[in-house]
Amino acid sequence: MDHFLHPRNMGELPEANGVATVGNKICGDVMKMFLKIGKKEGQEIIEDVKFQTLGCGAAIATSSMATEMIKGKPLSEALELTNQAIAEALDGLPPVKMHCSTLAAEAVKKAVEDYQKSEK
Amino acid sequence: MKEVYLDYASTTPVLPEVIEAMGPFWSEKFGNASSLHSWGREARIAVEESRKTVAEILNCTPKEIIFTGTTTTSDNLAILGILGDLRNLREKTHLITSQIEHHAVLDTFKYLEKQGFEVTYLSVDKYGMVNLEELEKATRPETKLVSVIYANNEMGTIQPIEEIAVRVKNKSKSILVHTDAAAVAEYLDLDVQKLGVDLMSLGSHKFGGPKGVGILYIKKGIKINPITFGGHHENGLWPGTESVPLIVGTAAALRQAQGKLVDSSKRVTKLQDKLIKGVLEKVSETILTGHPEKRLPDIASFVFKGVEGEAVLLRLDLEGIAVSSGSACTSGDLKPSHVLLAMGIPQQEAHGSIRFSLGRGTTEEEIDYVLEKLPKIINDLRQMAPKLD
Repeated sequence: MDHFLHPRNMGELPEANGVATVGNKICGDVMKMFLKIGKKEGQEIIEDVKFQTLGCGAAIATSSMATEMIKGKPLSEALELTNQAIAEALDGLPPVKMHCSTLAAEAVKKAVEDYQKSEK
Repeated sequence: MKEVYLDYASTTPVLPEVIEAMGPFWSEKFGNASSLHSWGREARIAVEESRKTVAEILNCTPKEIIFTGTTTTSDNLAILGILGDLRNLREKTHLITSQIEHHAVLDTFKYLEKQGFEVTYLSVDKYGMVNLEELEKATRPETKLVSVIYANNEMGTIQPIEEIAVRVKNKSKSILVHTDAAAVAEYLDLDVQKLGVDLMSLGSHKFGGPKGVGILYIKKGIKINPITFGGHHENGLWPGTESVPLIVGTAAALRQAQGKLVDSSKRVTKLQDKLIKGVLEKVSETILTGHPEKRLPDIASFVFKGVEGEAVLLRLDLEGIAVSSGSACTSGDLKPSHVLLAMGIPQQEAHGSIRFSLGRGTTEEEIDYVLEKLPKIINDLRQMAPKLD
């Protein structure tokens, strides 16, 4: 509820170098994830992250929580983020809302992929 | 914090007059209405008096009224009940209903389709009005039943039931007409002779009565086969010990509801108008769903572009405002409202639907409060959403 009412890291990131928009065919929610990935001590880390979501309470909460979980973390960790981990961090989601957490995890992965593509 | 209940179409509070009427029947006059002793007889009298009251209001005889468990069970009994004799003739039986029925009707027809019956689902226009030409064309010698909802609880459009009955009976007097009238008891006429229907379903908790009783009107001469078994109650059609207090409450509530038709309509329409005008003025990219004039006084359903219904619902809830939504996220099965889709509203937009349903307790203050809170909520959520091309 907290993440729904007071979402963290909401908005756009103009200097983002990894961006992805994912949509959920089941219920029509849409999530956009902005990542600013930089190098620190030889490691690629997520310096800043922002998200935008058109979706239900769980969609907003999971995307907010996802951004909190990956902010400041190395890229490798971000890629390992699972929807279960997001749901757990929110103290669990009802089964019918689990698909929302999948969307958030997917948005992170795709944003990272977007960055990696442009780096090549 | 304010408490503004605008979900009367989901359920209504039980009226004080109804609670009073039910009072003696919990622990004083608690007998089983089928018992032969004095406890039983006084319970039986209460049930039959209630039946008489309902029959008077509906303009039929008491024998034509059955008490069931809910509107849903009344719908099931009506639709499945008339088919009893026809199960052997399923290839030769055709049924007609609409695309905007409540699930209690729709799902029953879907079940029948699986059993091999042919069903036509009439389409509706963008206002949710059933296509009468399509109905005429669809009716054929094998048609046995036409079931069209009196007024849809999601967007409020009132169907021309009288005209539907006339057209159907003109084609053939043997085609039965059923209507689910759950949403209308506080605002529209329930005179079954005037409506011309053979079967009509109602549910107590939608008009100030207790949850747990449905009414089914079955016109004299129509044979209904039971769908549940175990007793002689309600002419064998709804076996099970009668819930005397709930039945008494149902009759009392219906009397209250139908006794105030004109006043209720006037009062609620005024508030509905204010709400609709206010929402359309203060919130951009918003559509009112349902027919602009032929609509129930209490339902105001909107589609807000660029937001998702459940999120709006939760934010309104936090301000103490109760509403409901037709978005996929709010339904148990993640499917968006079939009613909105049938009216041609694309899935992406059906996403952003919110239904306000007004009622007896709604005041102008409450409408003002909603108009104060809603625009910011919609704006906030729109800001949160990605800009898509």
